[in-house]
Amino acid sequence: MSLRCGIRRIRGQQPWASSGWVNGSRRPSSVGFQQFRSVASTPTAEKVLFPGALNSRFTNTMEFIRPALRTEAIPTYRVMDQSGQVLDKEVGVDTEDDLALELYRNMVCLSIMDLLMFEAQRQGRLSFYMVSAGEEGIAIGSASAFSPSDVIFCQYRESGVFMQRGFTLDQFMNQLFANSKDAGLGRNMPVHYGSHELNIHTISSTLATQIPHAAGAAYALKMQNQQQPDIAPRIAVCYFGEGAASEGDFHGALNIAATRQVPCIFICRNNGYAISTPTSDQYRGDGIASRGAGYGMDTLRVDGNDIFAVRRATKEARRLALENGGKPVLIEMMAYRVGHHSTSDDSFAYRQKVEVDDWKRRDNPITRLRKWLEGRGLWDEDKERDIRNRLRKEVLTAFEKAEKEKKPPMQHVFDGVYEHLTQEQKTHMEELSDILQRYPKEYDTEQYEGGAAAFRKFCEQNR
Amino acid sequence: MPPKTPIRTLSRYLFRPQSSLHPRCQHRPRSQRYSSAAAGARLNGTVEYDTTPLLSHSSRSALSNAELPADVRQGQTKRINLYTAVNEALRHALQTDERVLVFGEDIQFGGVFRCTMNLATDFGTERVFNTPLSEQGLVGFAIGAAAEGMRPVAEVQFADYVFPAFDQLVNEAAKYRYRSAATGVSCGGLVIRMPTGVVGHGALYHSQSPESLFTHVPGLRVIIPRSPLQAKGLLLSAIHTNDPVIFMEPKVLYRAAVEQVPVDAYQLPLDKAEVVKPGKDVTIVSYGTPLYTCSAAIAAAEKDFGCSVELIDLRTIYPWDRETVLESVKKTGRAIVVHESMMNAGVGAEVAATIQERTFLRLEAPVKRVTGWATHTGLVFEKFIVPDVTRVYDAIKKTIDY
Ligand SMILES: Cc1ncc(C[n+]2csc(CCOP(=O)(O)OP(=O)(O)O)c2C)c(N)n1
Ligand SMILES: [Mg+2]
Repeated sequence: MSLRCGIRRIRGQQPWASSGWVNGSRRPSSVGFQQFRSVASTPTAEKVLFPGALNSRFTNTMEFIRPALRTEAIPTYRVMDQSGQVLDKEVGVDTEDDLALELYRNMVCLSIMDLLMFEAQRQGRLSFYMVSAGEEGIAIGSASAFSPSDVIFCQYRESGVFMQRGFTLDQFMNQLFANSKDAGLGRNMPVHYGSHELNIHTISSTLATQIPHAAGAAYALKMQNQQQPDIAPRIAVCYFGEGAASEGDFHGALNIAATRQVPCIFICRNNGYAISTPTSDQYRGDGIASRGAGYGMDTLRVDGNDIFAVRRATKEARRLALENGGKPVLIEMMAYRVGHHSTSDDSFAYRQKVEVDDWKRRDNPITRLRKWLEGRGLWDEDKERDIRNRLRKEVLTAFEKAEKEKKPPMQHVFDGVYEHLTQEQKTHMEELSDILQRYPKEYDTEQYEGGAAAFRKFCEQNR
Repeated sequence: MPPKTPIRTLSRYLFRPQSSLHPRCQHRPRSQRYSSAAAGARLNGTVEYDTTPLLSHSSRSALSNAELPADVRQGQTKRINLYTAVNEALRHALQTDERVLVFGEDIQFGGVFRCTMNLATDFGTERVFNTPLSEQGLVGFAIGAAAEGMRPVAEVQFADYVFPAFDQLVNEAAKYRYRSAATGVSCGGLVIRMPTGVVGHGALYHSQSPESLFTHVPGLRVIIPRSPLQAKGLLLSAIHTNDPVIFMEPKVLYRAAVEQVPVDAYQLPLDKAEVVKPGKDVTIVSYGTPLYTCSAAIAAAEKDFGCSVELIDLRTIYPWDRETVLESVKKTGRAIVVHESMMNAGVGAEVAATIQERTFLRLEAPVKRVTGWATHTGLVFEKFIVPDVTRVYDAIKKTIDY
């Protein structure tokens, strides 16, 4: 199509004169800056008719937008203060006591698992680990606001999402040990969990790649929500760090999510660091939340240390995401990365220990909820000691059990690349099997389920 | 595996503040811990960096390198590892050429592999700085800076994460000179460094060696050094050349490979492969980490079969030194190509096809490829996928017996 003919087509359709042209037919009736319509197209019009900015008025003051001069940042939503006092008694915490206790238990469980696994890695029993310290409330609080059928994409520091959705300690440990019971078949690095039953896609190490996936998945869900009206509508959810939000994938994802109006919640965990890079080297705008407006997206910034705020914000975001057939929502959850980036990192090479200690003392999602529970008479020192002992034992039991399991069978070196093995792969399998047979002493195949014999059999079956 | 502490003692750490956990340096090689060698292995697990003939263990052997300029050969050497050699090359470049810039994700504090240690402190954050987390952004930024006369050395944190920048490298860096044509503009002076290869526990996204995706693209130079001495000289040449360079550093060698390296600055040729061990019966062509595997396999094979094997380090993977390889194969009549990444459309395919085209009548055996298989690097399966001493040893045997 030539450029000129394209212009003619647009003119002919008079798109801005028809109702809600921006994204097909189902549009909210409220008029936003992208939805302005029926302006007189006269030389004296007060507003601009340029198709790229429909509701812009003319001005003869030359005023650059200068975000650097703004003194007020986007506010951070809270439900309770640092001492666990609820700020708006009318609204309350919007969470039943039982659920509050469950959220607390899961946060404590996650932090205990983190401490133990971090140390297990130091002892050389795991190859790698990443803790969630300081961000437990974000993962667990937000996950508590979703339907189990919602579809989730994670970065890697969201073990709490898995835990809150029912991933068991055994499942965590099997993945960490990459044993024969690991749903990842021993292929992925520790903490790259995934669960089909829990509707959480398997984690990839490549940053930000999951963000456009979430947009596309949400579009699939939008179509399915329309096509299957008797099934409860679903949304997609995507977690990522403020560092990952610098990737092109983030920008592409938010833009396409907005133009296609997909039911997706984008949850940024802004923990102040991307490995060693502080946010001051990462961006100059007002955090990640400021970008939501740029993409025409409902956006909220939330105190990640306040699990009730996280929960309420996420619940409301889910409602918005399903409004009028679907739209994306961005939530920026503020936190501080208390732990090292991972077991491969020593963060004191780039930040002061006092900075970390300060933060730990100042605020923390677990102690804040504990203060609230105590204030309400739901928690005390004995209960605390009890639950910590019990959870520690549970983690250790699962750990010991998983450590004893064999590795997955060797066929998983090759299967799963394609739906079916290729000719070339079959040749490679034969070559490997032949080497294993002729040099048995060179390889420890016994730690793999069925050993070399099972692999040979697999090769024979696939000749 | 290290000795096992009873798991219950782990619980002691539970209530301790996290800071009491002894911090470690970044990515300390744990490859030995998760070593692939079986208890009774004779071949696998015999790569000894302390004694391998591939590294200069004495000052004299380092200075006997005929590729070094005469004045450097009169100078001093220092025993350093590969990341320090990279650091020294960057330091020298920053010191001697104000057009040089060093940047990338997390490089300001020294980088996750410590290659840029102290550079920001010593040269200032105008020239040595953190970038936001975007490979396409930082590589494109480097291309623009190079096109306007600077000599940017940009780091991509892992070769596995270069793909967001693939468009910038393939469509922009590689074609800049050709597209700009008679306008005379190019992005020469551009170097993109990245750690590459397996380390024992990197799984799908910390193990890849994507060199063949770049060797397919005329306009890019692809270099992989095997040792500290090589890394220093090749990196300085890369910064000096007026072609864009992809410089891939085998990350398992950052700490493992330690040798005597001249203290003075020097450059090594970008158009020469190096015969690192002469031989008569078989030629093995490789580069990077697998050279150590080959060297150990050759030692065992020469002892067991009484053969003589020539080992060639390609060094510059593209454009590559066909002459040195072809001369060698014309002499030995047999060739094996060894690399870590997958066989399909890999560097081995190109080298083997060239050997076959140009030395067909001299060949006594088919050119063999010992490479990764047609799969991904599953965490617990790495040792079965990447060429090991046994597979190279067996390839020598088969090629000789053919
Ligand atoms: C494409 C890509 N580039 C670089 C990396 C290396 N890397 C892993 S985590 C990380 C920092 C991520 O920071 P952020 O998104 O803020 O998440 P956080 O670790 O703070 O939770 C980097 C640079 C990667 N995994 N993928
Ligand atoms: Mg972060």
